[in-house]
Amino acid sequence: MKYLGIELQKPKIAVFDFTSCEGCQLQLVNKEDTLADFLNAVEVVNFREASSYRGDDYDIAFIEGSISRNDEVKRLTKIREKAKVLVALGSCACFGGVNKLKNEFDVKTINREIYGKDPKETLWVKSVGEIVKVDLEIPGCPISKTEVETIVRHLIWGTPFTFPVYPVCVECKQRFTTCLMEKGHLCLGPITRGGCNAPCPAGGLGCWGCRGPATDPNYESFFAICKERGFSRAEIDERMGFFSAFGEVHGK
Amino acid sequence: MKINLNVDVHHLTRVEGHGNIKIKVQDGNVLEARWDVVETPRFFEAMLKNKHYTTAGILAARICGICSISHCLCSITSSEQAFGVKIPDAAAKLRLLAKHAENMQSHVLHVLFLAAPDFLGESSVIPLIAKKPAVVAVAARLKGFSNRLCDAVAGRTTHPVTFQVGGVLTAPPKTVLMGFKKEVEEVVLPDLAAVAELMATLQIPDFVRETEFVSLKGKTEYPFIGQDVASTDGVLRKAKDYLSITNEYVDVNNTSKWTRLSRDSYAVGALARFNNNYSLLRPEAAKAAADLKLVPVCHNPFMNNVAQVVESIHSAHEIVRLIDELGDTSLNDLMAEVKPKAGEGFGAVEAPRGILFHHYTYDKTGRIVTADCVVPTTQNNANIHLDMQSLARQFAVKGMTDEKLEILSSMLVRSYDPCISCSVH
Repeated sequence: MKYLGIELQKPKIAVFDFTSCEGCQLQLVNKEDTLADFLNAVEVVNFREASSYRGDDYDIAFIEGSISRNDEVKRLTKIREKAKVLVALGSCACFGGVNKLKNEFDVKTINREIYGKDPKETLWVKSVGEIVKVDLEIPGCPISKTEVETIVRHLIWGTPFTFPVYPVCVECKQRFTTCLMEKGHLCLGPITRGGCNAPCPAGGLGCWGCRGPATDPNYESFFAICKERGFSRAEIDERMGFFSAFGEVHGK
Repeated sequence: MKINLNVDVHHLTRVEGHGNIKIKVQDGNVLEARWDVVETPRFFEAMLKNKHYTTAGILAARICGICSISHCLCSITSSEQAFGVKIPDAAAKLRLLAKHAENMQSHVLHVLFLAAPDFLGESSVIPLIAKKPAVVAVAARLKGFSNRLCDAVAGRTTHPVTFQVGGVLTAPPKTVLMGFKKEVEEVVLPDLAAVAELMATLQIPDFVRETEFVSLKGKTEYPFIGQDVASTDGVLRKAKDYLSITNEYVDVNNTSKWTRLSRDSYAVGALARFNNNYSLLRPEAAKAAADLKLVPVCHNPFMNNVAQVVESIHSAHEIVRLIDELGDTSLNDLMAEVKPKAGEGFGAVEAPRGILFHHYTYDKTGRIVTADCVVPTTQNNANIHLDMQSLARQFAVKGMTDEKLEILSSMLVRSYDPCISCSVH
């Protein structure tokens, strides 16, 4: 790929999947109008879900999913050794995601309930960052391809990328979405990091906080507003625990 | 000449999730031929416990990144049955519209991005961008169309937001829907015709193993959401009897469970739906099936790729019909009143990869007491495993090489369009 006659550097990228629904990888091959350009801007050396070619020589490893078995710990550690940059892709990789809801149960008991006398190996679910050093976290359930494209542009340019500091609320205002709180719904928009373009409130569903906390969120004020509107602390905690993205606040 | 073959595929590529193929042939005898799923289990049935009905569909969607709309719809229809809720007609139409869009999106992704590289001798779709730009452009347009339609109706393709117990939270403006109708007529149908033409040129492996096909059974419409289940061996049951259909059991080598009905295994998916419901296809889709030599009951699993193209044509026509009907319907009344009560519900939805069951029991506050999900690929895994043995026996012949058998066995698994992480959930 040339621009003004100059050959651009293509970062060698690899995509690896762990315990997940693989929906974040799928986003990488979505946004079809720019897909060919996106795939031209990088050199894909390992992307099992989309390609049979498997290379080991990569600069950037994108990790999807949380970690829930010993072989995954080993595989992840090896990838960390090889990658110059390791990116956690999606809420499962960044925070553990919905998979961490499993940690509320006794693993032996649920294993017996589901697999009977032939239980399967499984661990307490961890995020990628709980196992290895993570250089960049791209949250979201699923991730936003538009945001990934922006991040990859920054990687090619070698300039730092910063996530929006503002909460999801700002994007609802930009989209003229009527406030879900005003309609009587619980919504984590006021404390959740923007950058997703607020699709959930636009669809009539409150925000579930998949992207984790905005920069310096005003929790006290948020809890006070929720209380005023009749939402119990238990209800708010349950919502904040859904993606395990607000660990420090609701004590998980 | 003695025939010795060895295939050992660890984490098969171009499929969703993690599975392994092992074939060992010595002196012409098949010593081993296996398909094993090694995906990490996530324990969704435990995670769903104690969840409020307003959360269940949102969590259930996360079982699968490709067919999240199916999981969400199966979950909420199960809850609606438990509470005795009847959703408004317009909401049912919007849900079905999203189902058709998901089906097309998933089928196009599979046939053109994941399966086609095998038939065209490439490792992925990436080299095809330069070598077959017209094919890739058609694939991107079709996938783009169906993703945008899902976004418009479900709020988002992966992990939908507008579907809730009781109906649908928001609807796209009718002008937007009409735009999609125009796009089907002007772009999607010609593109699908080009895909059918391409399919006609591909060499489908000549392999047959007789099996049982299970799917929803339609009365007047090719079915995607319903309660009647049929098999090509003559089984006819209701979704509430799903346990007697699926008969799940645990295999020591697999984290996915296996299932069986009248035989040692059965198959679900586009080919199963076609085999049980071909007379309900739109005439244009039925014609495409005949042109592509897809004839019921077809027992060649590789023909599932063809059935997916036929279904995509059917869905394109159904999308036009549903948009026309929605144009004549008020979109103001989309939610029914929901009063949770203790009870149980059985959802049955045809996900792109086959029939999906969710069964929940609820307490009187609207929280789940027990949950059970039987997922399409779970129902296919034993069938793929048995196909693998049959394939090894049939193709362990003179001239066969490890490389050729590896490609053929990988193509067999890919034909089922497996959603492996989904099958383990």
